[in-house]
Amino acid sequence: MSRLRPDLAVIARHVAPGSRVLDVGCGDGELMAALQGEKQVDARGMEIDPEEVERAVGRGLSVVQGDADRDLADYPDGAFDYAILSQTLQTAERPDLMLGELLRIGRKAFVSFPNFAHWRMRASLLWNGRMPVTRHLPVSWYETQNIHHVTVTDFRQLLADKGVAIERSWFFSGEREIGAAGANWRAEYAVYLLSR
Amino acid sequence: MWLPPHPRRPMATVLASTSSSLVLDQPLPLDSGQSLADVTVAYETYGELDADKANAILVFHALTGDQHVASPHPITGKPGWWDRMIGPGKPIDTGRFHVICANVIGGCMGSTGPASAAADGKPAAMRFPVITIRDMVRAQVALLDALGIDRLHAVVGGSMGGMQALSFAANFPARAARVLAIAATARHSAQNIAFHEVGRQAIMADPNWRGGDYYGAGKGPEKGLAVARMAAHITYLSEAGLTEKFGRRLQDRDAKSFGFDADFQVESYLRHQGIAFTDRFDANSYLYITRAMDYFDLAEEHGGRLADAFAGATARFCVVSFDTDWLYPTAESRAVVHALNAAAAPVSFVELKAPHGHDSFLLEVPALDRVVRGFLG
Repeated sequence: MSRLRPDLAVIARHVAPGSRVLDVGCGDGELMAALQGEKQVDARGMEIDPEEVERAVGRGLSVVQGDADRDLADYPDGAFDYAILSQTLQTAERPDLMLGELLRIGRKAFVSFPNFAHWRMRASLLWNGRMPVTRHLPVSWYETQNIHHVTVTDFRQLLADKGVAIERSWFFSGEREIGAAGANWRAEYAVYLLSR
Repeated sequence: MWLPPHPRRPMATVLASTSSSLVLDQPLPLDSGQSLADVTVAYETYGELDADKANAILVFHALTGDQHVASPHPITGKPGWWDRMIGPGKPIDTGRFHVICANVIGGCMGSTGPASAAADGKPAAMRFPVITIRDMVRAQVALLDALGIDRLHAVVGGSMGGMQALSFAANFPARAARVLAIAATARHSAQNIAFHEVGRQAIMADPNWRGGDYYGAGKGPEKGLAVARMAAHITYLSEAGLTEKFGRRLQDRDAKSFGFDADFQVESYLRHQGIAFTDRFDANSYLYITRAMDYFDLAEEHGGRLADAFAGATARFCVVSFDTDWLYPTAESRAVVHALNAAAAPVSFVELKAPHGHDSFLLEVPALDRVVRGFLG
């Protein structure tokens, strides 16, 4: 799993072997393939881009072309041990509702997202007065898919408001995992393991 | 004298195939409550069957298809209808898989249908019982039984073939490891039924139909059947596809004739499609098979809830739709995927971009080839 993106690698490490997983926004199924190959996980995926779906199906994975904002409703309650949403929450029409769907479908949920309160973003806005374009978020404001700019503190607040339990959390600066202290300043992105 | 199309051995096949037919030793029970005795199932096979009989793929044909899936058609001499998909090194690789394709019952290419003799030795015609998609599937499962194949590597079908694949999965869940349904639906809509009714009425309005008793009468309802085919053919193509292919271009003339000849290329094309179809298809078979499709409602067969149809599913599923297919649009495939998700069955679904409408499943769509190859593993 060493070749996985750091947030995906952390998820892959902490998924229980043999469990049932739904990867929402699974792309071409990289994480699913790793989970299936190394942890005998029953992995299913949802992806909006038909070309990514085609590649995932081409590698023998069970992936449904769908829009997470709408099509998660297709899945029954508690159908999966884990629902995974990596780097997609900030693109949802309603991240709060999507979080609810993840924890309806899955007993637990992994959610990873870029932290818009990272010091580099704050500095960019403060000193340049411009919406930041960074190595992790390389797209200008007018074409970005990130329509809900969320911070670590915002996310924690949403979890508290919704009564969602935090099982674990991980924070990253670049490829490197960092401690939780000052994460809202220091983390470029975060991974949370949540439960109802 | 009109004779039902009679299958002949292909002369030279590119792909080695074996034409066979089997007479079922048990009467076939039908959804209507009737049963059919001495049912013949005509089928073609391609590729070697492994010693453990685990590499077989059953391909279901569509409304006007037949068992000649990858070998030349015995009447028209044209390549098999899925020649581009099936063969050595092709997405359904006959170097690895043993491919079986059987003519559906009700058909006219060697399997028992309305042109077959009834007990009195005369063609059954409209005495042939109304059959369903599930009846077609039952006949093919009986074929698998006779061949000693317990569990298929996959069942595969497009359009009505996809309907059979879904019916197979619902009714014989243990007998296939993979189910691939392309451009299909779990039920015929009012619009689907309406188009079929136009076709049937065209056949029945032809005076040569004679209540179905045209066998041996000199002439069959070719005009009616041709009109049925013309109407149906339009539903297989996209509006953009028709526009691109024909536009308003005139056929072999510089100006409109101010008459009712085939002025437009599209008219000429449809007329040709209609007439050519009558050379290879029996009008009564068209009535019976379209009826079976109209009766198809997989949820209705399972207490009204489609997910229950797949409750016992053990297979992996792959559902494919095309963005320009307005006959069985993507929403129909999504309903199947929804039900499979509700039944916790492993399912893949993709809507592919293709310009050709419903017929895309038969035509050059490289993305379909990749999905089929990948799904079959």
